[in-house]
Amino acid sequence: MSLTKAERTVILSMWDKISTQADAIGTQALERLFASYPQTKTYFPHFDLHPGSAHMRVHGAKVVAALGEAVKSIDNIGGALAKLSELHAYILRVDPVNFKLLSHCLLVTVASHFPADFTADAHTAWDKFLSIVSCVLTEKYR
Amino acid sequence: MVHLSAEEKAAVSSLQGKVKVDVVGGETLGRLLVVYPWTQRFFDSFGDLSSPDAIMSNGKVKAHGKKVVNSLINGLKNLDNLKGAFAKLSELHCDKLHVDPENFKLLGNVMVCVLARHFGKEFTPQVQAVFQKVLAGVANALAHKYH
Repeated sequence: MSLTKAERTVILSMWDKISTQADAIGTQALERLFASYPQTKTYFPHFDLHPGSAHMRVHGAKVVAALGEAVKSIDNIGGALAKLSELHAYILRVDPVNFKLLSHCLLVTVASHFPADFTADAHTAWDKFLSIVSCVLTEKYR
Repeated sequence: MVHLSAEEKAAVSSLQGKVKVDVVGGETLGRLLVVYPWTQRFFDSFGDLSSPDAIMSNGKVKAHGKKVVNSLINGLKNLDNLKGAFAKLSELHCDKLHVDPENFKLLGNVMVCVLARHFGKEFTPQVQAVFQKVLAGVANALAHKYH
């Protein structure tokens, strides 16, 4: 599965808007993840997971910054996220099912912030993009 | 059976009444067919599904989407006995429609995205969590009679 030219264009143009609220979006996506899928909290026993906590803000910002790196190198997401891929495979070892859950919560967050931009085409492009990112992050698992 | 606390019920009740079933229904089913094109396999008789624009403006998609989302919203009124409420529909989806239950999860998640788009800030993480819980319960109920 790879992105078409049109899908790349959609993602790049939406990213300009998303990046102006990057931290808030990252934080809210995590809040949605922990609220809807409480089992995902098991990966963060060392965090204060209350909405608005410093941990949530810092980590949310980190997640969206990484997505930004992937967007910047949208033709070579594997290369852009190589180090993160190793981190997830050898250190974090987050079960692969959770990438779908976070991807869904990111889509929901983007949909609620940018209703007019989140057309059916944009929805498809972002779903595909996040699937590719998830694949890259799990490709070294075994 | 899905149990909602008083807070969870309150979180959802204000949104429940505001959901425009025909708009949300058409958009939900349309987006399912656009974002996950393999789901079109169940809708050969629906006419032109050749492009996102064709799908989103297709009259049969809108009508059927409304039917489906009406049924999902009814789930909210039958939380004490989802399996009973959806028993006949479960048999239909298995025996006549031959739908892989995985599709119920896909549709549920698309509906959550559509609700987020329509309600923006009002669709808080807490409200989303309740809808995810209810939709998961409905998906389970729809798969319950499969054999």
